[in-house]
Amino acid sequence: MSLSEPSYTPKGRSLPQRQPIARAVDSVTFSIIAYAVVVGGIVWLAYSGAQAMGYNWQWYRIPQYFYSFTEDGFQWGEISVGLVKTLTLSSIAFALAVVMGLIVALLRLSGLVVCTAVSVAFLELIRNIPLLVLLYLFYYVLGPIFGFDRYWASILCLAVFHSVLISEIFRAGINAVAKGQWEAATSIGMSKGQAYRYIILPQSIRFMLPPMTGEVVHMVKSSAIVSVIAVAELTTIGRNIISETYMSFEVWFTIAAVYMVVTLILSVGVSFVERRYAVET
Amino acid sequence: MMGQPLEKFCRCLPCMPDSAPIITFDHVDKFYGDFHALKDISISVREGERMVVCGPSGSGKSTLIRCINGLEFHNSGVLTVDGVEVFEASKHIYRLRQEVGMVFQQFNLFPHLTVLENLTIGPIKVRKVSPPEAERTARKYLERVRIPEQADKYPSALSGGQQQRVAIARSLCMESRIMLFDEPTSALDPEMINEVLDVMVELADTGMTMVVVTHEMGFARKVADTMVFMDAGEIVETAPPDVFFTNPASARCRAFLDQILDHG
Repeated sequence: MSLSEPSYTPKGRSLPQRQPIARAVDSVTFSIIAYAVVVGGIVWLAYSGAQAMGYNWQWYRIPQYFYSFTEDGFQWGEISVGLVKTLTLSSIAFALAVVMGLIVALLRLSGLVVCTAVSVAFLELIRNIPLLVLLYLFYYVLGPIFGFDRYWASILCLAVFHSVLISEIFRAGINAVAKGQWEAATSIGMSKGQAYRYIILPQSIRFMLPPMTGEVVHMVKSSAIVSVIAVAELTTIGRNIISETYMSFEVWFTIAAVYMVVTLILSVGVSFVERRYAVET
Repeated sequence: MMGQPLEKFCRCLPCMPDSAPIITFDHVDKFYGDFHALKDISISVREGERMVVCGPSGSGKSTLIRCINGLEFHNSGVLTVDGVEVFEASKHIYRLRQEVGMVFQQFNLFPHLTVLENLTIGPIKVRKVSPPEAERTARKYLERVRIPEQADKYPSALSGGQQQRVAIARSLCMESRIMLFDEPTSALDPEMINEVLDVMVELADTGMTMVVVTHEMGFARKVADTMVFMDAGEIVETAPPDVFFTNPASARCRAFLDQILDHG
């Protein structure tokens, strides 16, 4: 209290300050300048490299792929349509992955030998197959057998691949809740299911949110791989545009930027949710 | 509920031969791997009896009371609580736990729920009591533990003593007939111990069956009908408090009492 009152003057000697140079290096201004120099350098290198090989930049042709005004009025461009496809694809896949991940995690934690064995087998199987091979399996093998098209093959493939990663997030989150919470829930007569639903899972959400954000971002990015089976999402659209226009530099820079904007927005959005769930223990 | 004078009179009696046993251990053994945690325990607690269990750490006192509501399961022997046998495969285990309240050393309140929600979640979800009625009961017991004004706060905003009183109220809200206390004051700052003990003394006055693991010998002297001393998984001594504190039969018990009462 008394320290904040203006009338108070400390009686002890004031402490030595840090070196001015050290303070300057730590400042926000310095960080921004350093960042700008590094990013600028990279952009300049790419640009001058392209100039050196005589690349003909045609940035003015890019906006029409986002939207255009024709005599029919406003129209969404191909990249926008591809982006929406990417987002629906990844969100359906993510929703499925969360459900499957929760089931796998609960099986693993059930303590029943059979359930644990099943979930560990599933985990090891999926974790040890490359995503690309898994996609081919779903499209060329499981697709014809169970009769789903390339769109659902890619959704299921992404869901299965990510369910394994998400189940580990669930497991870690559930294990991070203190053992005493189980005991307290048990001692008021809750069954295992009730304890999970009302006590354990609500508390593990705040442990799971940060890695879950990472997983959402990862999902959006790894959805690009389904372009190899020609699902018309963002990356496929990019390839199609290039095969018509040969503007590979502009288009790939643009596609990369679109992915980046989307994932950045997701990260920021989730950090708001995280603050909502930040309950102290 | 009986009148106050009669209650007081009952408490003076070393035991109450008229009431029936509500908890019975009959040759109970418990192992953790190779570790023999409970060795041939045979003891019973009568309805309304207040039993205080003490002993050095690792002597099996916590294990003993955790077996009573099935947080741990014994390996052999018969343990009966309120007429129901306790074992892992029992169909009645959830039913039984509702009758047995437990207060933990670390409080174990639910940090994501407010104090009021901590008290009502058990009655609403487990006992299927209607929410308004559960809230009425919860407020009654918060009043009883003297923190009605904290109902809408989260546990993290409360002091240790307040949290432990909420934990006691949470168990009371389940309308349990037996209350187990596992070192309820060991994690508390010294100035908060008494506020919790006062609540426990009042609870004892209502005739609740209580099994308390504690090192608070002043509390034990005041409320216990029976003192139990455990060491190395065995019950070494069972005696009414006046005998227990003045003239314990075993040397181990005497040595333990000397140690903890030294600074008393």
